[in-house]
Amino acid sequence: MIYRLAIGPDVHVRDLADWYLLNTRLQRLTRETFRVRLFDDFTELHRAYAVGEVDLAYANAPDTAELVPAGYLPLVRPAGVSDEAAVIVAEDDPVRAVEDLIGTEELDVAATDAPDVDRICRILLEPADLAPAAIRVILRPNYILAATSVLAGDVRAAFFPRAAFDGLSAAAGRGLRVLVSSQVSVISHTLLAAPSLTALAPTIVEELLRMNDDPDDAGLLARLGAPEGWVPAGPTDVALLMDVISALA
Amino acid sequence: MRDGTPGNVVGAERQVVLTYNDGSSRQTLVTDVETPFPPGELIVSRTDPEGIITMCNPAFVHMSGYSAEELIGTPHYILRHPDMPRAAFADLWATIGAGHRWTGYVKNLRRDGGFYWVFATILPTVRKGRVIGHTSVRRAPARRRVEAAATLYAQLLVEEASAASGAPPSALPPSPSATATSSRGRVAIAGSRGGRQ
Repeated sequence: MIYRLAIGPDVHVRDLADWYLLNTRLQRLTRETFRVRLFDDFTELHRAYAVGEVDLAYANAPDTAELVPAGYLPLVRPAGVSDEAAVIVAEDDPVRAVEDLIGTEELDVAATDAPDVDRICRILLEPADLAPAAIRVILRPNYILAATSVLAGDVRAAFFPRAAFDGLSAAAGRGLRVLVSSQVSVISHTLLAAPSLTALAPTIVEELLRMNDDPDDAGLLARLGAPEGWVPAGPTDVALLMDVISALA
Repeated sequence: MRDGTPGNVVGAERQVVLTYNDGSSRQTLVTDVETPFPPGELIVSRTDPEGIITMCNPAFVHMSGYSAEELIGTPHYILRHPDMPRAAFADLWATIGAGHRWTGYVKNLRRDGGFYWVFATILPTVRKGRVIGHTSVRRAPARRRVEAAATLYAQLLVEEASAASGAPPSALPPSPSATATSSRGRVAIAGSRGGRQ
């Protein structure tokens, strides 16, 4: 059987090679075939989830909240890491705080279709008391193009995962700044195994946790988004994540 | 836990006695010092079915002024501010007790006697068809909505005091007027329900 490891569009292109490395390691460990599948947008990823084409996924919080009730098993999550989001504006934009946007009738925003980022960034803008239709999201295929849209003046702001903004190169990020950034602290990505993979789940978890203690794996862990290593994703963690996502909806 | 006592209250204080739905009461000091909701922070907490705090995030610790150790195991009502009318909490409990999400604007009491406003979402935590607690997320409210909620709550407090004393509301200190007509409707301005959880 060939198992499919889904790499979502929220994984930075710079880090893709490291997910291939992890994929290779899983193959050696389990003596099974794993194949990486890259997704350019969430619509396609969600379709793959729906038709059972994903066996292993590093899922964001809203997707985890959907997939676990559907039978996916939470394996691990990054220790000490939370998924935060930020509203980005141009450096020379006169707005200094969200409240400065009060009275804005139309706010054009560049964003990808990442559901967690959209949800949190809309909450971040609530103190501006904008009408629901005032925020017009213009979808961009990736965060570089979202940043470019702000710099070009095509949109006033962009919705970013905080880590993605911090990871922009100096050239890409020049001329941009954070208007507001979330501090939720309790939601993160989770590595999930589909029902097709649950027999191998204990082996995979054991290997991932072993990486925490191997100094040679420190760099790889950091690039996979787990600089402090992995922790088991227990039912309590995932239940909290699901409840918080529901409360944010 | 030492809260609302002279040693840890900041600002000009007044003494109040808070009475809770479980029949308990406590004397504390409150001030008019508002702590602004920090941009971007979201308060997350969970309670058991009786409202005892079982989990809190760093933003909750920061805004409440209590340590995480003080909050865990303590009834959530220690944050109840005397400016909040009973009707708001009655609506909250009726809503989540029926399995619905409750959202509304809440003025919370800090450990130092000050206060902070939040826009709160509270929903039942359901496992295998059984409510095992509640999850709450509180976020920064729009100022215009806070002002509307404060006006409404002041009116409700006058009515509640009137009902308790038997005196007509006009015999009580004046309060800002509210715009809606029914008590249920007025509470619903501040709180609303979503789909069944």
